[in-house]
Amino acid sequence: MAKNSEQNNNQDQGPPDLDELLNDLGKKIGRLFGRKESAQKNSKPNNEGSQSKTPQDQLPVTTIVLIVALIWAATGFYIVDQGSRGVVLRFGKNTEVTMPGPRWHIPFPVESVEVVNLEQVRTLEVGYRSSGNSVARSKELRESLMLTDDENIIDLQFAVQYNLKSAENFLFNNRSADASVRGAAESAIREIVGKSKMDFALYEGREEIAVKAKKLMQEILDRYDTGINVTSVTMQNAQPPEQVQASFDDAVKAKQDLERQKNEGQAYANDIIPKAKGAASRLTSEAQGYRVKVESEAKGNASRFEQILTQYNRAPEVMRDRIYIEAQEQILSNISKVIVDQKNSNSLFYLPLDKLIQQTSPGSKENISSTINVSPQVDMNQTSLQNLERSRDAFKSRERELR
Amino acid sequence: MKKITYLAVGFLIAIMMLAASTFTVDQREHAIVFRLGEIVSIKKEPGLYFKTPLIENVRFFDNRILTLNVQEADRFITSEKKNVLVDSFIKWKIIDPAKYYVSVKGDEIQAERRISQTVNDGLRAEFGKRTIHDVVSGERTEIMQILTERADRDLRSLGIQILDVRLRRVDLPKEVSESVYQRMDAERKSVANELRSQGFAASEKIRADAEKQRDIIVAEAYKEAQKLKGDGDAKAAEIYANAYGKNPEFYAFYRSIEAYKNSFKDKSDVMVLEPTSDFLKYFRSSKKKKE
Repeated sequence: MAKNSEQNNNQDQGPPDLDELLNDLGKKIGRLFGRKESAQKNSKPNNEGSQSKTPQDQLPVTTIVLIVALIWAATGFYIVDQGSRGVVLRFGKNTEVTMPGPRWHIPFPVESVEVVNLEQVRTLEVGYRSSGNSVARSKELRESLMLTDDENIIDLQFAVQYNLKSAENFLFNNRSADASVRGAAESAIREIVGKSKMDFALYEGREEIAVKAKKLMQEILDRYDTGINVTSVTMQNAQPPEQVQASFDDAVKAKQDLERQKNEGQAYANDIIPKAKGAASRLTSEAQGYRVKVESEAKGNASRFEQILTQYNRAPEVMRDRIYIEAQEQILSNISKVIVDQKNSNSLFYLPLDKLIQQTSPGSKENISSTINVSPQVDMNQTSLQNLERSRDAFKSRERELR
Repeated sequence: MKKITYLAVGFLIAIMMLAASTFTVDQREHAIVFRLGEIVSIKKEPGLYFKTPLIENVRFFDNRILTLNVQEADRFITSEKKNVLVDSFIKWKIIDPAKYYVSVKGDEIQAERRISQTVNDGLRAEFGKRTIHDVVSGERTEIMQILTERADRDLRSLGIQILDVRLRRVDLPKEVSESVYQRMDAERKSVANELRSQGFAASEKIRADAEKQRDIIVAEAYKEAQKLKGDGDAKAAEIYANAYGKNPEFYAFYRSIEAYKNSFKDKSDVMVLEPTSDFLKYFRSSKKKKE
């Protein structure tokens, strides 16, 4: 088409050159078709007498016209890629939509075609821009900071993916359909976030917000018949603004502290309760043991007594004496003893009990009674008092130890 | 050869004439045909049309939906006298090319200026009636609807239809944002403190509960133990009572003797005896004692 217009221009400027031009063209084409000689012979000498050799002259002209027509027709071929649609316009009017494959339309100026890729996934980043291949991305604070329902500010970054559902709507209804997606995305997400509480938007509601935003975006875009289909809205990042990040992190940490403290408490509980259970079963076992012990002892003592009693009943006097004497024997043979005939001496006598005890403590086997000089002056009251005091001291010291 | 030349030239002239006297209206456009500056017809349907060359000329207008992006956020005052920064976008369309041409000379920039003036007026009025909260969350949709209707009504006279006015950003000015951040900070801190205290409380509760359980377990066990012991004591007492009840006097004697034996069994025990004691009666004489 461009070629045609160029030629037109040339022709406008200088019609005289046309002959040469046509001749040239004829020659070239003639050569191509293997009629070099005839063409040269015919064209060169016959600048004046062209009328006489019309049949030979007309042949290249028709060929030229034919070829030009063919070339013109060939410009009507186009290929629609897989996933794309070709929209054909005849004199500017949309006449048909063609499917993938090689296609032909009536060439310029009658028909033209626009091929639109429907299935290609287009991505839009809001709140950030990823730079090239690197993972790093730069924030767009102007886009990402937004107000929530409770008048807090959050920092939200998300990506929108979309493709087209109608090539015609995409082409004919909006001047810059692609650009409307950004507007719709920003407007939708801010509307949704503006109706949500901060904690919801930041934590548990992230998914829900993305879903709602997608729905609202689609609604907005459908209102303009953009032919755009939003396939997904993915929340890249939802966080508090940098200025307050630290205290938000601290709050999260506090939550973990709470769990930790609970666990510690539980650990303590798990420690002491089983121990208490152990102690409890020990107590009961001991008590059971005690019961059996006391009972058995009682039974034993009782049966012993009963047996002795049977014997006693036969000869009570003898039994009593025997028991009494045996007991006295046993007792007196073990202990230190002092025999004092007080009735016969009126005066007091001295009885060194301290010494008696001291002597016995190293475990000497001497018979004390034999070694002691029994002096008649014993202050019984005094000794008993001393004893008392000593025992009181002992008691006190024991008390001290207990403390 | 000359004939061909004339033919070709004639053909070309014909094409040029044709080109000058036809025009196509694209699917995406409307066209107005002017004859010496006067509008003679409006072509809204796409297709091929004819005109008189030289004295008629054609102007095309987009018939698609156009977007007006208000890039610089404007300040608006809400009913509680707070400033908010608002930017929006407006979707509009030329529906009456003739009016549009007459009113704004077909100049899109001029049209956009008119639109944004109208919308801004609307925004100012609507924001002045509402609080920030209403603007941000509650009545956002409503505001957009009111603005759309109002702007559409006002701009119809320009041949313009307003399809949608959408608020994009409704933000607080920078200095107000700072105070919002401070408040958020304070809020989080109080939340953190509360959580920590809750943690302490929960931990204390669990501990106290555990201690209570421990005490209960031990006390129950003690109770049980005492019961068992009492039971044993009672049974023992019964057994003793049964056995000793058969001869209480002898039991007293017998038991006392046993007790004496157990009480005095060390060298450190010193007993001071009188020779007149019963035990020593034969120690004193071998005579049979007379009671």
